[in-house]
Amino acid sequence: MKNILTVENVCKNYGSFTALNNISITVPQGSVFGLLGPNGAGKTSLIRIINQITLPDKGTVFIDGEKLQQRHIQDIGYLPEERGLYKSMKVGEQVLYLAQLKGMSKSEAKKKLLYWFEKFEITDWWNKKIQELSKGMAQKVQFIVTVLHTPKLLIFDEPFSGFDPINANLIKDEILKLRDEGASIIFSTHRMESVEELCDYIALIDKSNKILDGKLGDIKQQFKTNQFEIGLLCNDKTALLNQIKSHFNLEDHKEATFNADLRMLATLKNGETSTDLIQFLNNKAQITHFTEIIPSANDIFIKAVANNG
Amino acid sequence: MDKLKLIIKREFLAKVKNKSFIILTILSPLLMVGLFSLIIFLNEKNSEEVRNVAFVDESHQLASIFTDSESTKYINLTELGLDEAKLKTKELYYGLLYIQKNDSLKNLSKGITFFSEDTPSLNLLRDIEGMLEKEIRDLKITQLDVDIEKIKATETAVEITTENFLGEKSSKIGSILRMVVGGGFGYLIFMFIIIYGTSVMRSVIEEKTSRIIEVIISSVKPFQLMLGKIIGNALAGVLQFVIWMISLGFLMFAITSFFGVEIVSSSSSMAQMNPEILQQAQDTSINDLQLVLQEIKNLPILTMFFSFIIYFLGGYLIYSSIYAAIGAAVDSETDTQQFMMPVLMPLIIAIYVGFSVIENPHGPIALGFSLFPLTSPIVMLMRIPFGVPWWQIVTSMLLLIITFIAIVWFAAKIYRVGILMYGKKPTYKELYKWLKY
Repeated sequence: MKNILTVENVCKNYGSFTALNNISITVPQGSVFGLLGPNGAGKTSLIRIINQITLPDKGTVFIDGEKLQQRHIQDIGYLPEERGLYKSMKVGEQVLYLAQLKGMSKSEAKKKLLYWFEKFEITDWWNKKIQELSKGMAQKVQFIVTVLHTPKLLIFDEPFSGFDPINANLIKDEILKLRDEGASIIFSTHRMESVEELCDYIALIDKSNKILDGKLGDIKQQFKTNQFEIGLLCNDKTALLNQIKSHFNLEDHKEATFNADLRMLATLKNGETSTDLIQFLNNKAQITHFTEIIPSANDIFIKAVANNG
Repeated sequence: MDKLKLIIKREFLAKVKNKSFIILTILSPLLMVGLFSLIIFLNEKNSEEVRNVAFVDESHQLASIFTDSESTKYINLTELGLDEAKLKTKELYYGLLYIQKNDSLKNLSKGITFFSEDTPSLNLLRDIEGMLEKEIRDLKITQLDVDIEKIKATETAVEITTENFLGEKSSKIGSILRMVVGGGFGYLIFMFIIIYGTSVMRSVIEEKTSRIIEVIISSVKPFQLMLGKIIGNALAGVLQFVIWMISLGFLMFAITSFFGVEIVSSSSSMAQMNPEILQQAQDTSINDLQLVLQEIKNLPILTMFFSFIIYFLGGYLIYSSIYAAIGAAVDSETDTQQFMMPVLMPLIIAIYVGFSVIENPHGPIALGFSLFPLTSPIVMLMRIPFGVPWWQIVTSMLLLIITFIAIVWFAAKIYRVGILMYGKKPTYKELYKWLKY
């Protein structure tokens, strides 16, 4: 698959502080790529390099196979975390200005702008000043500014902050729609539930280093611990429990929950499969519940960062 | 290039559409003209007032010289005696002039007193003193048995005409005119640099606090944004300057033609007590007018015009890029204080030096400060009406341009880093570090 963005061995220092240490990532075309990491990890530094706001000390960035150049500015749409608009400028005027700065012609920008204004039902805002709008309303305008020039690569830094749940959903749907129309999306956040929902790929940056990257599904596979949640109906709980204990590692068990006499988390020993576990249980009790525990993005995040020390 | 044009256009419109800009542009000439008219009006009112001055002349020799003028009436109270005259004056008149009885002319000038409720007007005292001096001198001459007419015939007025080696005449009025024009131009540049430099700084801070900055510099280079901002504001400044000059010229013309007649009459009224002086005064005022016109023609107008533009642009570009860097380094206008003083200092020094330079336009101080690029826009402009050698102008312009390039380069570096820094109050040490990022 083609990669829309390739970052190769990028380093960035601010004085004696290292913001990025030899970072490489690839963003496949048409994917939603989650750029994750704790505060101050270096995400924004990397995004600024991709946007040519700052230059890397070392390393190369490729957009769509070409080395990053000035003209690639119009291929990228960027919604920064620290965002705002000119307060005393009118909405329509302002969006047209920013679109022209991205290289669009005025007439083209106007056409597209009307389309988006109608879509968001905000046509009557055209002559309002930003300072007359609420924060959420201004965010909508900002979103339009980001996507208006139909960039190949969209970079959203914490896009949902400042939106109420309804508008956040609206924006989320628009992001997915943009992906379906062919755009690739880099999505930087620490809200893990949205990562789970949206991202196909992730990269995790911590303390200036990339500590993890790949397809979200693969990473989950990699992080799973062969642990299963089991619910059982049986007569002699204690005997059964002891039998299981002698064969498998049990982490935590409960008795007599909602629809089971026993509920537990069992971890397979090396070389064993889930089939072994089911066969073992099948002879002794009625299985009401059997799920493999797949780590959430949140678990992976916390675990990976903790391991990184 | 197109993007730079877009930025310039936006910055220009943002500035020009601003309500305070519109109000200032329209109101300033009106205010200035209003102030000018008020001064003229008050002057008129002042000279319209007639002062009644009583006098008691116990010497009985000087009463004849006190002839009424438009602004002063003299009342002879010699008959009442000093004490009664005092009482009467206190009730009725502005003041009382008392000339002691005196037998010898030699002592006549002593023992002359002016009584009044308040401190008397200096002009009035000067006038009276002048009249008395002249009359006492004439009396003394008569006493010496010398023909006054002969003495008068020896009186000579000397006026040195000054001329340079090219044969161009100059005059004191010319020098005054040069001082006014030079000082005015220098001061104008000073004001514009501060007003528009601050405006650039505010605009940078606004972009920072409204957080639009990151959106913009993901589309254009910070340097383009800074340059566009500086040029856009400069154009707004030029527009304001042109509007001011045109409307000021127009209003001044209207006002002077409205007041014109009265100004002439009030200035002549001062000389009215002596017809000869009046005649003289009228002669000189006609000569003056011609001289002023002549002098205006003599000024190096073309040089002044072009050097005004070059020095204005050079000075403005240097200072506004410093202002832009300051705006980028801070989070709010209150944090700018620590950086403002070093910026304002050379400008203020330039103004002070400039006003001493117009007294001595070719001295070493004048030369030094008109070459030093941070003060040259103001000081050199003040010197130019007096005639400055070409090599000096060229040198100072070269220095100005080199400094401009260097400062813009430094400012752009600080600007580039500063616009993305939040929440830190930067120190000079930190700014120095930013230069190396």
